[in-house]
Amino acid sequence: MTEQQAIAETDLLQLDRSVGDFHYEVKYAYDAGAGLSEQTIDYICEAKNDPDWLRDFRKRALATFLREPLPTHWASKQLAELDFSQIRYYLAHGQKAGRRWEDVPDEMKRTFERLGVPEQERKFLAGVEAQFDSEAAYSNMKEALRDQGVLFVGSTEGLHKHPEIFRKWFGKVIPTGDNKFAALNSAVFSGGSFIYVPPGVKLSHPLQAYLRINAESFGQFERTLIIADEGSEVTYMEGCTAPRFDTATLHSAVVELVALPGAKIQYITVQNWSPNVFNLVTKRGMAMENAEIRWIDCNIGSRLTMKYPAVILRGRKARGEVLSIALANSGQHQDTGAKMIHLADETTSNIIAKSISIGEGRSSYRGMVKIPNHLKGCKNNTECDALLINTSSRTDTYPAITLRGNRSSVQHEASVSKISAEQIFYMQQRGLPEAEAMSLSVNGFVNDLVREFPMEYSVELKRLIDLEMEGSVG
Amino acid sequence: MSLQISDLHARIVERTILRGISLEIRPGETHAIMGPNGSGKSTLSKVLAGHPDYEITQGSVVLDGVSLLEREPDERARMGLFLAFQYPCEIPGVSIANFLRAATQARLPEGESLSVTDFYQKLYHEMDALGMQRTFSSRPLNSGFSGGEKKRAEILQMAMLQPRYAVLDETDSGLDIDALKVVAGGVNRLRGPEAGLLIITHYQRLLDYISPDFVHVMVAGRIVQSGGPELALELEKRGYGFLEVQYGSSELSPLAGAGAPG
Ligand SMILES: Nc1ncnc2c1ncn2[C@@H]1O[C@H](COP(=O)(O)OP(=O)(O)OP(=O)(O)O)[C@@H](O)[C@H]1O
Ligand SMILES: [Mg+2]
Repeated sequence: MTEQQAIAETDLLQLDRSVGDFHYEVKYAYDAGAGLSEQTIDYICEAKNDPDWLRDFRKRALATFLREPLPTHWASKQLAELDFSQIRYYLAHGQKAGRRWEDVPDEMKRTFERLGVPEQERKFLAGVEAQFDSEAAYSNMKEALRDQGVLFVGSTEGLHKHPEIFRKWFGKVIPTGDNKFAALNSAVFSGGSFIYVPPGVKLSHPLQAYLRINAESFGQFERTLIIADEGSEVTYMEGCTAPRFDTATLHSAVVELVALPGAKIQYITVQNWSPNVFNLVTKRGMAMENAEIRWIDCNIGSRLTMKYPAVILRGRKARGEVLSIALANSGQHQDTGAKMIHLADETTSNIIAKSISIGEGRSSYRGMVKIPNHLKGCKNNTECDALLINTSSRTDTYPAITLRGNRSSVQHEASVSKISAEQIFYMQQRGLPEAEAMSLSVNGFVNDLVREFPMEYSVELKRLIDLEMEGSVG
Repeated sequence: MSLQISDLHARIVERTILRGISLEIRPGETHAIMGPNGSGKSTLSKVLAGHPDYEITQGSVVLDGVSLLEREPDERARMGLFLAFQYPCEIPGVSIANFLRAATQARLPEGESLSVTDFYQKLYHEMDALGMQRTFSSRPLNSGFSGGEKKRAEILQMAMLQPRYAVLDETDSGLDIDALKVVAGGVNRLRGPEAGLLIITHYQRLLDYISPDFVHVMVAGRIVQSGGPELALELEKRGYGFLEVQYGSSELSPLAGAGAPG
């Protein structure tokens, strides 16, 4: 609470209740304009100096995107409010990210300073990539890691300078036609990270991407590909914010992870999108023999989030995990979940999903666990817990577990709890203001999951929850 | 200095429950309220604490010179009012220790932060005195607690928060004999020249341990009789029948007026 009070006192938050809600006027050197056509793709290819294979790839993806229907039947009809002809698909200040903060253009540097990125970098990160609209403004990694052969660069640099690794895996975990938004991303992607960790290299500190949307009516389409070679370990963290605009903002990323035998990848997201953002993201990892992929996913904010991180358990004894927290405040819909596709013996997966719905907020969990007949010794554990605050909140759970044969085991638990007006009154009677009473309950609800996070992120998450609660009391 | 209730009228969904309660509790005094089921005792306690379901139609409540009724429940609590609930509700996910830390912190002046060591020292001290195992402090507040455990937890919270005025709503019901003594001990430790107590109970047995300075009888939303400790003994012998005949309004008693529309 002291923390909360201290934060509430900074003028940054007196501007309004959200850390990310500010923006600077920026002159963009590259602007593909509004709307999407072959010309848009050509513009992007020229600007980025894409090789021919990529131009073809993008154009095929565009055709797929245009052909696929909008999945309005799935989570929400709200999707239909997205006007693809009004969105700006590529906005960049330039093509090269600075290696030092001094080299970053002023407004961008100020933005990231205000969001605390350079400070976090000094404190606990092994490397940072800070993306401003379509391209990274800053990208740097500790010297020692470079010497060990670790690659941490933007997707453009990855495909230009390391095509032998990049092309081997790019689009292999998530094919272009996977869904309409994966196709959209494939057509217009820009930014995002390319990471390669050589065999046996274990990163003790996380690499971080900070995704910042600054412009109005903009679509951000970063593309991230992480390859952890045999026996290596890496933690990647992603933070995102955008200012609040009246028009819709679109964020549609594709993230592919490849954990080669014995490797471990942990991917942590703490998103705090403003309430006009449509966040439609495809995230999937492939885990080979004895490898482990963990998605830790915190979805706060946005208008509509559709995100179901997946792990394909390809090799024997591969492990997959999704830990997710979704918070839907009034006017928001968090449609999140997890997929585990078991393709080898003795593979195990674990899903823990917690959702909080406040006021008119709505959250849904969708799960998919597949364990085919011929496999033995596979295990899945799925737990989804929902917390409802105020009676109008709603929550839905759609677990789909396909287990064929009896040589594998699955466990599924679900719970719904409520914070009633009576409970809030009880806590207020002990001296806690309403917002704080709600924060305390929400933090209690997610506490066992938050313990899994790196410390710095659990503090951040707690702060975001406190802010959301303050905002919801009004 | 006092908690002064004057001519308090309150209703819930079009139904008047409190019909002119006047009562003054000074620091150092212990008052007991007795009265038949449904007479409005819990309503009074919740109205004092600021429960949003009740509408005050008349009267005032003043705590140490400050009018209470327009304040939020949490402000009232921080001004020194505590209510031990008749039916404490479960707060899943929030441990007793974390809850009390937050509540204690909320009482500190801005910018000051709680000493965690002092807090736990005090917490364990009070838990020992109430015969509670220390591991209990990490259990989610009231979740799955037995009836008696909930009542003890209410007293623990009271002991930690040191209110200036405490209302205890049937804290004795559901307690076994030993627990009753422990809880009464907890209440007696709060007593002193600085604290005013209002104890709602049905039974003399609690008053054997906590002897009140004043006893009031509430019937149909009014205090119909006040006296010393001897009044409680008399009620124990004679029941409320004679008072209800005299003061009762049948529509207010759910037992007498079953089916009567609000
Ligand atoms: N939400 C409500 N809606 C309608 N009537 C209510 C509501 N809450 C309380 N009442 C009524 O108000 C009256 C007083 O209730 P209250 O709980 O104050 O009684 P009490 O004196 O505490 O009784 P007991 O000794 O049984 O605890 C009862 O008739 C009760 O049914
Ligand atoms: Mg009662």
